[in-house]
Amino acid sequence: MAKFEIPVLSEEPAEDVPGIAVNAMAHSRPFVAKPEHNAPLGFPGALVDDWQEKALGRMGDLLKRFRSLRVFLDSCVKCGSCADKCHYFLGTGDPKNMPVARQDLLRSVYRRYFTLPGKMFGSLVGARDLTQDVLEEWYTYFHQCSQCRRCSVFCPYGIDTAEISMAARDIMDHIGYGQKYCNEIIAKVHKIGNNLGLPGPALSNTLSGLEEDVLDQTGHDVKFPLDVEGADILLVTPSADFFAEPHVDGLIGYAKVFHQAGVSWTVSSYASEAANFGMFIGSYEQMHKVSNRIRKAAQDLKVKRIVFGECGHAWRVAYSFLNTLAGPWDFLDPNYPVPQHIIEFTTDLIRRGGVTLDKSANAGMVLTLHDSCNVARGARMGDQPGGQFVLPRELIKACVPKYVDMHPETTHDKTFCCGGGGGLLTDDLMELRVKGAKPRVEALKQVMRNDGVTHMASLCAICKSQFTKVLPYYDIDMETVVSIHGLVSKAIRLGTNHV
Amino acid sequence: MSYEVNGKTVDHDEEGYITEIGSWSEEIAKIIAQAEGVAMTDEHWEVIRFLREYYNEYQIAPAVRVLTKAVAKKLGPEKGNNKYLYELFPYGPGKQACKIAGLPKPTGCV
Repeated sequence: MAKFEIPVLSEEPAEDVPGIAVNAMAHSRPFVAKPEHNAPLGFPGALVDDWQEKALGRMGDLLKRFRSLRVFLDSCVKCGSCADKCHYFLGTGDPKNMPVARQDLLRSVYRRYFTLPGKMFGSLVGARDLTQDVLEEWYTYFHQCSQCRRCSVFCPYGIDTAEISMAARDIMDHIGYGQKYCNEIIAKVHKIGNNLGLPGPALSNTLSGLEEDVLDQTGHDVKFPLDVEGADILLVTPSADFFAEPHVDGLIGYAKVFHQAGVSWTVSSYASEAANFGMFIGSYEQMHKVSNRIRKAAQDLKVKRIVFGECGHAWRVAYSFLNTLAGPWDFLDPNYPVPQHIIEFTTDLIRRGGVTLDKSANAGMVLTLHDSCNVARGARMGDQPGGQFVLPRELIKACVPKYVDMHPETTHDKTFCCGGGGGLLTDDLMELRVKGAKPRVEALKQVMRNDGVTHMASLCAICKSQFTKVLPYYDIDMETVVSIHGLVSKAIRLGTNHV
Repeated sequence: MSYEVNGKTVDHDEEGYITEIGSWSEEIAKIIAQAEGVAMTDEHWEVIRFLREYYNEYQIAPAVRVLTKAVAKKLGPEKGNNKYLYELFPYGPGKQACKIAGLPKPTGCV
């Protein structure tokens, strides 16, 4: 099945620190973006001749623009707290996947060109010239960071490796050395409106097919509206929800919840994507452009509210940055959060008695939850601290007979990345993805073994696709991973108690 | 990077997806399938033909749910599910079947 060795799992999650395997992942690199992927983003087509000068120029710009970046590069004291916290280090043993070592790839160049000790004493103070070898090392190892920010939870100085990795990718994009997967996708969003490149007519065909299915299965005429002007709610969801399994079960769940709530809603073909890969490549300009599609769709369709579907990093961008990127949202109804998460919407409806859920529809299922990194560490839900952990669990428990949490060192703000986040969910990084999933799979296997867990719910399109693909490498059925609203979809009793 | 078929070359990208959809033929499909380790049967060809028809109309591969419904119609309801499609195309119907059908790779969080 695989051209690489599958990691041996430990019985006790989060305790097994691998032996050091120098350069174990030095060969792992995603495909480099081609001119046709870079041009629509305004990046040079291929590596420019004066790349070193341009890279240092860009680094200087970023240091001026983001005080945080300079603080992160200056403040590490090499205490080692982060060393065994990265899933890619735990899965590969490659010491350059220790967060501190990953940061040092950029820090050493920063020291050499932007600090006095580095300019004077060079390698004596850990400074390095920016050579071709260093650039290749950046490309290799900054594409082995999923920007999940688990390491920053353990750093006593709060250094955020994700910001360093985003800066490195931004610098590489500015010299024409970006990654194909992310740049090709962002170009599709600009051209077609979503990551998949799903044009309006295909979206319309897909949604009407789902209407037929739900009518056949339930006898209820649940609509999946597209581009309806004057609808109350604009649903912004990852395009994978239209396309892939088990994502689409979640989409069907959202539609049933809206139907039951009696609200009018619509999808937009112009902003048919929640994901914002601009964040993965560290480009505020791209994040801004992608976010503004949502603003335009909301204005064109004259909606009153915006609700986001199950997408991890989209929720971080939406919850934490949307107002800065695409606000002000003063044209929306101020009685509702801007934006609102579908899980907030559904749990609120449950609390108000607006929906009846029948756990017996999910009989035999024992659920656990994979907290998605960007939701766990980059956002919040509801009106209290930790709501992003409470609400998804509350919703799952309302839908299934039994729920069990995984090992506490692997959930809530200490959750592990699925192994495919941050722009790494690409076939050319399959070895990294399989190995990076190891810590999560260990924790999952433990609750499967000890508590009879049958399924793991997720609230992120990337996590769902990643687990569907990599769990079979560890002899776990691909259908073990489910959408939270897929559970809602099965449990919801349509046609009962309207609020 | 190219496939050789009947003395002609057909270009493909780093991952084996042909770059010109018009240059596809059943012969090329067989060559790609062989490279993927997929032994083509009538059921495989039904899926491939549906993918190409759908693409011609919508400029994108069908969503998995659309595909499973079409397969159920053509091959019987017991085969209209994602599991069966994975049996046909072990690397996943979305990607492996598209590659053999000569369609571009679906991108995004899939």
